[in-house]
Amino acid sequence: MKTHLIALLSGILFGAGLALAHMIDPNKVLNFLDVTGHWDPSLLFVMIGALSVAMIAFRFILKRPAPLLSTSFHLPQKTSIDPKLIAGAAIFGIGWGMSGYCPGPSVTGLSLFSSESVIMILTIYLGFFACHRLLDRP
Amino acid sequence: MENFTPFSALAGGALIGISSAMLLFFNGRIAGISGIMNGVFYAPKNDKVWRLLFLAGLVIGGLFLGAFAPGFNTPRQGYPIVLLGIGGFLVGFGTRMANGCVSGHGVCGIARLSIRSIAATLTFIASGMLTVYVIRHLLELTA
Repeated sequence: MKTHLIALLSGILFGAGLALAHMIDPNKVLNFLDVTGHWDPSLLFVMIGALSVAMIAFRFILKRPAPLLSTSFHLPQKTSIDPKLIAGAAIFGIGWGMSGYCPGPSVTGLSLFSSESVIMILTIYLGFFACHRLLDRP
Repeated sequence: MENFTPFSALAGGALIGISSAMLLFFNGRIAGISGIMNGVFYAPKNDKVWRLLFLAGLVIGGLFLGAFAPGFNTPRQGYPIVLLGIGGFLVGFGTRMANGCVSGHGVCGIARLSIRSIAATLTFIASGMLTVYVIRHLLELTA
């Protein structure tokens, strides 16, 4: 129950952060990616802001034996760089550059009642399904 | 430079950092949006509710900001729907294949100094920049 409340609050903070940083404006994201045109470094500053908090906090948090409300940390287990990681990231970047949306802003964009958000969420899920179909081992 | 907003970017980023730290500290979970979205369908049954609540929070957080500052963000109009639809599909496919997006790799992964996440983040930023160059400057599909 408490973990559910934390998930909701954490989502609210995350969504407010995305909106405050104007990251739900896809043109702002595209302008960050447009280094030879209307370059807007704001997205880089969002990452600097997020990383300066998260890096320090994670150091302390991950020294603990377990999270406060759960028995263990759920962390990714893979540590090596493989072709699937790089190919997937490259494909994601193409979609990001075509649309101006990554998954977070696609969801928070619903707060603007934007039809673009609905299209993004539906097609992102289509992409998930296709990837599971093609790449999951039977 | 176009409409550079460093202060709201840093402050918004800090909120995202606090949110990620909170989810890890209390629940032991990584705030990676693509993974959270995917789990709504693919995680075990008892591992779904928190995901839906987090995603609902993402929308509520946006609504809060909009209530405090009406007109702070406005929806984009008239963007080619084909770019959006194909783009969304590739975002879904690619983030699943790479196990993460800007939040999971770019924030949480880099904060843990994961080599995989640093490599993924550099790759998707580079491929995003190349894509925007092709769309805006070579093909001139959008302004």
